[in-house]
Amino acid sequence: MTSRTRGLWDRYRSASPVTIALLALVLGLVVGAVIIVATTPAILNAWRGAFHSWGAPGHALKVTFDNVGAAYRSIVTGSIVDPPQFWHSVTTGRGWTASLTPLSETLTYAIPLVIASIAVGITFQTGLFNIGANGQAILGGVTGVAVATLVHLPTVIHLPLTLLAGIAGGVVGGAIPGLLKAYTGAHEVIVTLMFNYVASYFMLFCLLSTPLQLPNQTNAISRTMPGGTQLAPLFGTASGLRVNYGIVVALAVTVFALWLLDRSSIGFEFRVTGANPHAARASGINARRTLVTSFLISGGLAGLAGVTWVAGTTHYIDQNFLQGSAGIGFTAITVSLLGRNRPIGIVWGSLLFAALEVGGSNMQANTGIPYDLATVIQSAIVIFVATPVLVKEIFRLRALRAESVKVATAGWGS
Amino acid sequence: MRLELRGITKKFGSLTANDHIDLVVEPGQIHCLLGENGAGKSTLMNVLFGLLQADEGEILIDGEPVRLANSGDAVRRGIGMVHQHFMLVPVFTVAENVVLGFEPTRSLDRLDYARAREDIRSVSREFGLEVDPDAVVESLPIGLQQRVEIIKALGHDAQLLILDEPTAVLTPQEADALMTIMRSLAASGKSILFISHKLKEVRQVSDVITVIRAGRVIGSVPPSATEGELAAMMVGREVSLVVEKTAAAPAEPVLEVRDLVVRDDRGLAVVDGVSLEVRAGEIVALAGVQGNGQTELVEAITGLRHVESGTVRLAGRDVTNRSPREILDAGLGHIPEDRQRDGVVLSMSVADNMVLNTPRRAPFARRGTRNLRAVRDNAETLVESFDVRTSSVDAPLSSLSGGNQQKVIVARELSRPLEALVASQPTRGLDVGSIEYVHREIVRVRDEGHAVLIVSSELDEVMALGDRVAVMFQGRITGVVDPSTSREDVGLLMTGSVPAESR
Repeated sequence: MTSRTRGLWDRYRSASPVTIALLALVLGLVVGAVIIVATTPAILNAWRGAFHSWGAPGHALKVTFDNVGAAYRSIVTGSIVDPPQFWHSVTTGRGWTASLTPLSETLTYAIPLVIASIAVGITFQTGLFNIGANGQAILGGVTGVAVATLVHLPTVIHLPLTLLAGIAGGVVGGAIPGLLKAYTGAHEVIVTLMFNYVASYFMLFCLLSTPLQLPNQTNAISRTMPGGTQLAPLFGTASGLRVNYGIVVALAVTVFALWLLDRSSIGFEFRVTGANPHAARASGINARRTLVTSFLISGGLAGLAGVTWVAGTTHYIDQNFLQGSAGIGFTAITVSLLGRNRPIGIVWGSLLFAALEVGGSNMQANTGIPYDLATVIQSAIVIFVATPVLVKEIFRLRALRAESVKVATAGWGS
Repeated sequence: MRLELRGITKKFGSLTANDHIDLVVEPGQIHCLLGENGAGKSTLMNVLFGLLQADEGEILIDGEPVRLANSGDAVRRGIGMVHQHFMLVPVFTVAENVVLGFEPTRSLDRLDYARAREDIRSVSREFGLEVDPDAVVESLPIGLQQRVEIIKALGHDAQLLILDEPTAVLTPQEADALMTIMRSLAASGKSILFISHKLKEVRQVSDVITVIRAGRVIGSVPPSATEGELAAMMVGREVSLVVEKTAAAPAEPVLEVRDLVVRDDRGLAVVDGVSLEVRAGEIVALAGVQGNGQTELVEAITGLRHVESGTVRLAGRDVTNRSPREILDAGLGHIPEDRQRDGVVLSMSVADNMVLNTPRRAPFARRGTRNLRAVRDNAETLVESFDVRTSSVDAPLSSLSGGNQQKVIVARELSRPLEALVASQPTRGLDVGSIEYVHREIVRVRDEGHAVLIVSSELDEVMALGDRVAVMFQGRITGVVDPSTSREDVGLLMTGSVPAESR
């Protein structure tokens, strides 16, 4: 064995967070496969007859692998790239839109998810739970659309102002639970959770009232954002690819979060407060200010996620905006956990979840296996990430790294 | 019961916590296991109580090899353990706690309290463990709670009792009472394995003392060995047990506490009109049994607890009810009582912990952005000059031993511009080597002309370190005496009575 492979093997065995996340993905896929087997009639029928004749077990196995394989293949081809289609484009120079659409869709979906997950991650790092990122994103979408559609300005000012309005909407949404907790002790989980409903119905109210409602409409639907306030498609409208300049916003937010958490004084205070609130207090950190600031930043980013989603894709909002399975503010909680609340981890987690989301639709279209399987896989991954001990047991890894560090250097004067 | 350990070896990764430990406890013997923190005492006890499995070696009870897969096995084999932190349900009565898990029942599963009470009374009578079976545990003083733990172990018919640092939380008087109980248990044939790092009490009560260091048995000696010999065995070198210091040269008052009243979380005035003055260049040691208001007094001084009335002045400035930030910045160094709770963030690096309360101060940050190089450089310097043993300044604090974690706090507090230093239980849970070090540093701070207030429940420490000794009892200062005062008299002040000569 070369030293490099031994190094990799050691890294695998020492159960780093990255290893755990990757193995959790593997386990999530296994869980998904089990569910496919248990719910696909073709597979079940093949196994029912498997022990009646020679060769039947082999046939049943083949049916199983074919079906599971087809499902997972269509997730990959639907979210990253379809190799034959891609090869066709390379050789003929045609059909690039079809070749790049899967990746474009994954990135499009990942953009607001990265921003919202970082928003949640910042509160997690402060020891707070922001379950209301979805409501804050809705508010951000509403205020963003309002500024975009009701004010008339040159693009140079109007687009930044629209994004700022989204941030402001989210800040208001974050300020409410933050201030309530700081000054009355109200638990932020309850407040933020309930606040999601407030935000949803506030949006509905706005969409049904002048001036936000699309004129001459009875449905809950907003006016459309003028072109100058939209985040344009990265490769032009003609490309047919939806991936847009929101990607720049997402990258900027990632860089901001890296600075905030790793390099800024306030971020240091966030992390101290999150890791040990008693020590934070004794060290002179103002608990109230830290808590409120963390919520303001988190809410602002969640609002930005909302407005980035509208400005980059639909350009209007209706009653389905960020409702149900489109509620990225909820997915953001799991993505943040998956990425261990660290910006880079969150970016990878968002890409994975976006790919599962986008690929899941493709799987349903191609194989008839319900889209919900993608959600099951997502959930299973998060459960496995949340229980590293279980993953460790399944793959027979050594003690988790933190522990091994602990014993390796314990003892006075050694 | 005769207990024998043969070649017990326990490894954690690359660290050998127990290295071929041999130990014999004869029936009716009080056997002390003496060693520094991190020497492997607790690991050994956990192996013996079935909480950890040894990698090598065997445990023999009355000559028969046994396998202890869990603590239930150990209890069935007649081994009882009194943990350092009690495993009692605070809101249950003594009787309920003792029978918990082994409740005697009458028909229809009704609990038989009468029998439980009677069992406790008989055990109490037999071994002099007086305690009221109907008292609610949380209302009992620590010493009595410990008795409940012992009764619990005896109730499960323990023949060998493991006592893990039992005197750490007791007053001198309570400790004496415990020693008496231990002797009466031994006299009735029970074996006792007693873990401690306090040399004085070990010599008082043990029949045999086994010293372990770095996971190995260094030797077994009779209690007639001197404290110096024992300390040298523990640390592996000669250590000075007395604090070397010159006479204090007190100057102007720096820390002035006047008529302070502070309430605890339940609203009781646990600091009830305390006045105290600490001058530049002197160490005032605050003695007292834990829970007499010292904790709250320190919290009030450091801004962590609201002051009801009275004033706290630091270097002439009124800092009463100021925020911890303002008080820290006014030049108060604070070594907190519960260091892992209030003093450090275990998951963060040594370097980050070194600037825990100065993250915004130059050169560690500029306009909101941290200068990580300056933070590291600062940590490198402090690790070097305060001899902190760590693999690197980037290592998480949790990877350091307790003594080294305390050194990180000491280094951080003493490297700031100071007016006064308040240190609570600065050497609690530390080994002899670290204690020596922390004491030297505290004296150095005094000699540099700062005011130092030490709060400690270790009488030895108070007497050795203080230039003046203030004694606190039930929220009041019962006396301020010279450190040459006899231990007995200070002990009396600690219980609220006034010694004969100062009456």
